[in-house]
Amino acid sequence: MSDTDRELRVSKIRNGTVIDHLAAGQALNVLALLGIDGSGGEGVSIGMNVPSDKLAKKDIVKVEDRELSQSEVDVLSVIAPEATINIIREYDVVDKKRIDRPDAVAGVLSCPNRNCITNAEEPVATRFAVLSDGLRCDYCGEIVREDEVAEHLDVT
Amino acid sequence: MRQDHLISATQLSRADIEAVLDRAAEIDADPGAWEGRRRGEILGLCFFEPSTRTRMSFDTAMKRLGGQTIDMGSVESSSVKKGETLADTMRVVEGYADALVLRHPLEGSAKMATEFVDVPLVNAGDGAGQHPTQTLLDLYTMRENAGLDDVTVGIMGDLKYGRTVHSLASALTNFDIRQHFVSPESLQLPRSVRYDLHESGAQVREHTELGEVLPDLDVLYVTRIQRERFPDENEYLKVAGEYQIDTDDLEAAKDSLTVMHPLPRVDEIAPEVDETTHAKYFEQAHNGVPVRMALLDMLLENAQTDTTGGDE
Ligand SMILES: [Zn+2]
Repeated sequence: MSDTDRELRVSKIRNGTVIDHLAAGQALNVLALLGIDGSGGEGVSIGMNVPSDKLAKKDIVKVEDRELSQSEVDVLSVIAPEATINIIREYDVVDKKRIDRPDAVAGVLSCPNRNCITNAEEPVATRFAVLSDGLRCDYCGEIVREDEVAEHLDVT
Repeated sequence: MRQDHLISATQLSRADIEAVLDRAAEIDADPGAWEGRRRGEILGLCFFEPSTRTRMSFDTAMKRLGGQTIDMGSVESSSVKKGETLADTMRVVEGYADALVLRHPLEGSAKMATEFVDVPLVNAGDGAGQHPTQTLLDLYTMRENAGLDDVTVGIMGDLKYGRTVHSLASALTNFDIRQHFVSPESLQLPRSVRYDLHESGAQVREHTELGEVLPDLDVLYVTRIQRERFPDENEYLKVAGEYQIDTDDLEAAKDSLTVMHPLPRVDEIAPEVDETTHAKYFEQAHNGVPVRMALLDMLLENAQTDTTGGDE
């Protein structure tokens, strides 16, 4: 099967963002993390368990008419450090975003510690420091390992 | 010590800790000399969880410095019952006091509170999180009795939920201390404390039986294992019994062993141990006053230099 055949599984987009080389199973988490649910009217295509050379199977997400900002890309690194992000204009890749791990992530995840003050009715957003292999709640110190992060996504 | 608040023992360097302990020792040596230090200043006591001794200890400490205290009273009678957020309560109370002490059942509450107040705030226990002033008085007691260098310390009991343990373990990494952790498997150190210990380069030596390490220890720090941590009574009784000490057990220990306990104890330490030279837990409790005096004095001093544009 040629590269073109593979790509056909998810149609090309004219303008927008392609998030590729996601670990299989992460596509919906990525959309949740970015707060994309289609309600904004944007076209969204998702490929799941697409055969890939780099990963055995990968997920791919294409969002039309939306270019991810660097800070959105940084947040992605928390669940998809291997992802590649291409900004597309008129069918051409105009920008390849590099994923940088941010030092902190605010408001994106809920703290898994039910006894944490951020889970109470207080006027405070969650904030996590980014560690080499996970996240740590700035308030209660709870550690969330990388493979657990997706379970605690808190996006509406 | 250049800190605005005391939230967690992890924020304290060795120099910070020694500064507090040194001042506490000065106070201990001549308490009368400190009587007028904080005249006209008010400490707000905000206890959202029952506590007698910690509250009294802070109350006494402030009064012995010549200051006064105000107390929000029990949670049942306060506006918290009416659904006010902690953030709002603290913002209001800040206007009444020069410094605040907070005890709250949720982890991270003190950290959050500092985001809403400008006066110095001391964490007097946040859920299963931290209890740094207990740690300072623990360290003071340890320094007086066993020293803080080249010392072997065993910490026993509920290491998972015990906030005094979490604060103490991280503070001890500042010193040349070998730490042993003795607990049932279900109550071992939580991931976050383990992480801090590894980060600081400390070795986490864990045991399920005290006998494995008792002969090596200079200090044995005992904590209570609570019934509610166990799904059924039988399991609790079986486990708790293995982490209680009496004079027979202490036969295997060094003569110089210092036994500590944050109190209140239930039956972790048999009353007969009180009569031995090992027992330092009542002395430890008394040390809460000079240590909290030292800490409050330093935080209030820092707040003053901040507003008068002192050294920063
Ligand atoms: Zn938390």
